[in-house]
Amino acid sequence: MRREPPRNAADYAPIVFPGAMLVIFFVIPFSIMLAVSFFRRNPAGFYSPDFVFDNYARFLSPFFGSVLGFSLLLAILVAIICVAVSVPFTVLLTRASRRAQTLWLVALLSVLSLSEVIIGFSWSTLLSRTAGITNLFVAIGLMEAPRALLPGFGAVLTGMVYQALPYTILILYPAIVRLDPTLMEAARTLGASPTRAFFNVVIPALRNTIVATLIMVFVFALGSYLLPQILGRPRHWTLSVLITDQAILQSNMPFAAAMAVFLVLISLALVGLTVMAGGRREA
Amino acid sequence: MTELFNKAMRRRTVLGGAAAMAGTLAMPSILRAQDRSLKVGVYGGYFKDSFDANIFPVFTEETGIAVESIAEPTGEAWLVQLEQAARAGQAPADVSMMAQTPTRRGMTTDLWAPLDPSRISNFDDLLPTFVAEYPDGRLAGVGAVAWYITLVTNTDTYPEAPESWMALWDEANADKLGLLALVSNSFLLEVTAKTHMGGTDALDTEEGQLAAFEKLAEVKPNVRLWYRDEAQFEQALKSGEIPMGQYYHDVTGLAAADGHPVRSTFPKEGGILDSGNWCLSRASVKSDEAHVFIDFMSRPETQGLLSRKVGTAPTLARGVLDLTDEEFSAVSSEIDPIVPRYDLYTEKGDWLNQKWTELIVG
Repeated sequence: MRREPPRNAADYAPIVFPGAMLVIFFVIPFSIMLAVSFFRRNPAGFYSPDFVFDNYARFLSPFFGSVLGFSLLLAILVAIICVAVSVPFTVLLTRASRRAQTLWLVALLSVLSLSEVIIGFSWSTLLSRTAGITNLFVAIGLMEAPRALLPGFGAVLTGMVYQALPYTILILYPAIVRLDPTLMEAARTLGASPTRAFFNVVIPALRNTIVATLIMVFVFALGSYLLPQILGRPRHWTLSVLITDQAILQSNMPFAAAMAVFLVLISLALVGLTVMAGGRREA
Repeated sequence: MTELFNKAMRRRTVLGGAAAMAGTLAMPSILRAQDRSLKVGVYGGYFKDSFDANIFPVFTEETGIAVESIAEPTGEAWLVQLEQAARAGQAPADVSMMAQTPTRRGMTTDLWAPLDPSRISNFDDLLPTFVAEYPDGRLAGVGAVAWYITLVTNTDTYPEAPESWMALWDEANADKLGLLALVSNSFLLEVTAKTHMGGTDALDTEEGQLAAFEKLAEVKPNVRLWYRDEAQFEQALKSGEIPMGQYYHDVTGLAAADGHPVRSTFPKEGGILDSGNWCLSRASVKSDEAHVFIDFMSRPETQGLLSRKVGTAPTLARGVLDLTDEEFSAVSSEIDPIVPRYDLYTEKGDWLNQKWTELIVG
């Protein structure tokens, strides 16, 4: 396929539609949110157009700082676990038969069709004392009595990893399928063990893919607000939970908007840092 | 009320209501077929379904006024829509069922057209809680329905019913409670004040509010779940996973009637009495019909019908009602209720919310 730089207006035609969609569904709503975040909140009534920094000032406190810190750490942890599990899994998957690969991918896609609500309630049943997996452990003699494995950090992490894992594998799969198998063979004939070849050849070859996947999963996990509520204690609530409370239940749109803007900026900055760090190593 | 907080359902029913409204406007012949009509906003889901089935047909038959019911979201989204529409001279609903805090927020912009008490025949029988007045005494809203939030338990785990809200503080109940997650819908500050501080008047001052927060903090180790979604707690209560907590008296009664091992108890300090008002938008031109409607809804027969069919607590004094003792105790109690301090949530809502969030998250 020939690639030429666009020369006249007509060459830009194919991107008009996606561009317009981006403006309508991203730029405009985000601008409205940005504007609202500077509006003045009237505690007894509504909010009025204004240009005040009160909403940002309220956010800049140790309390919201720690909630933001927890949300970021949780999303990073979910991203790392998902990638650590998915890379070996996907490498093994690409070596399986065509039929087995199709079956696995269909199964993974079907997990994607589950909503966050269904995933949350299913895990809360699975981890419960009255109907959960510990009853199974009691039946086979591993445990004395059934007990609840939620609410807690482990439950939140499990639910979020479960939700993000199919995305991770589906992002990694095309890159790993295209990976040249002769790389591994060359490493093996030069005397590397399979494990050594995996870590010294496959992983470096996939570095850019892995970084991109980490970022995708991180952003995906950052928006989660139902699973932390269903599976966690209040100290495991993410910033997204508090934003929802303010917007829907307290009708404090300016403050909710300010928190959301802050979350977007921080995650953009983190993504930027990751990309920059990756780029420098490559140079 | 199970579906009351179902956000997806709320959005969908609201959109449906708007579409139906547009449809009626496009076909004026249908509107003209009825001599008189009134658009009434009711919480989408359980309330709207019950009102449509049991209450509105009776009203139309008696008065000849057709009711077009509109599903409104709970929370404050409906208030914002009414306010913006009123500024443009429109009324998406003439009369709306409004929770107490939104009723007060609406007063700050004179959103509610003043009602005439002399046109509501049972006005004097209304319990004082169910009359919402502007600071200058004009009538802004009249109680529509009321419901109780009580102390609920799983009967398998607790063979004996608890007697007092003190059970929330009992160390024996560590990690066993399910409580509502927000300061403005759990009303636990009021419960704390009534149980430990002699009454909700203790919340008049900031010192009192802080003392209540401090006392309430002692409950934290007992709480397993702070819930926003009713279904989450109801399921756990039925299975015994979370065997105690605060929940709606009417829904718990329905679950017990279905054979689930749950019970609702009015503690000796009283159940939490929450309620909604009928409010008339200032943009409405149907003031006459609205007064007929509110008069009808405040009659003892209608309140009795609501208690029997919808499961809500009556807004009128016990004496004028035709409910039997059994019917009355199914929806209410003679124990003096804990009435939420709605004034606090209007004046200091953001501060209370911030303190509350720090209390339970921190």
